[in-house]
Amino acid sequence: MDNLSTYLIISAILFSLGIYGVMTRRNAVAILMGIELILNSANLNFVAFNRFSGMEKLEGQVFSIFVIVLAAAEAAIALAIIINLYKNLNTVDVDEADSLKG
Amino acid sequence: MGDLAFSGLAIMTIVSAFWVVVSTNLVRSAVALLFTLFGLAGFYIFLFADFIAAAQVIIYVGGILVLIIFGVMVTNKIDDPEVGSSSRNQLFASFGAVFILSILLTVIMRTEWKIGNITQADETIRKIGSHLMNDFVLPFELVSVLLLAALIGAAYLSRKDS
Repeated sequence: MDNLSTYLIISAILFSLGIYGVMTRRNAVAILMGIELILNSANLNFVAFNRFSGMEKLEGQVFSIFVIVLAAAEAAIALAIIINLYKNLNTVDVDEADSLKG
Repeated sequence: MGDLAFSGLAIMTIVSAFWVVVSTNLVRSAVALLFTLFGLAGFYIFLFADFIAAAQVIIYVGGILVLIIFGVMVTNKIDDPEVGSSSRNQLFASFGAVFILSILLTVIMRTEWKIGNITQADETIRKIGSHLMNDFVLPFELVSVLLLAALIGAAYLSRKDS
């Protein structure tokens, strides 16, 4: 049960669920949730590979810390953009935000 | 006992992640995301990554998830009972997701993973700290500058009169 393939399979399932969410959702906040799922699945891979290649060095865990930090910065910026979008267009539907379309 | 806890965690994580992407109510999606993130923190504890598990709970659950719920609350009309989010392209997207998943599963199953001799790491926090200050000092400093830039950028973007 507690072996590398199990973790990789769980992470693959999370990754494809995140892809599905990003492709189907129209609300920008919901797309952000899908991106969080994808980042978390990558994190799980880093930590699992680190664990099962022996734990003399913890480079995988350091990388997952960097991923968490980047996810935090990304969420803050994305929500600022979404709130601006809502102020300007009164919607967060990404299909209707097409002002730049020719 | 460990296997039982592990299966429970796996089922909880995957079912709630599924609920995140299919629920039509965004608040329910956010609550399901809470369970997914807690399940992942449980996996990190199984993988002897205690510091990452704590950071996951503090940053994701305490920070990002609260931010997302704020985003849902601010950008939807509260008097609208169904804080809704419709989906589209379900057929195409599920085809694509299953395609990617099958490729990944094939690769995972077919590869002979080299397993190192597994030692239980003690004092992970001390090791992570010495990694951050020795091998990874440049990315560490870059990430801190990036966080500062993100802080200023987010504050600038969400000013009253920009």
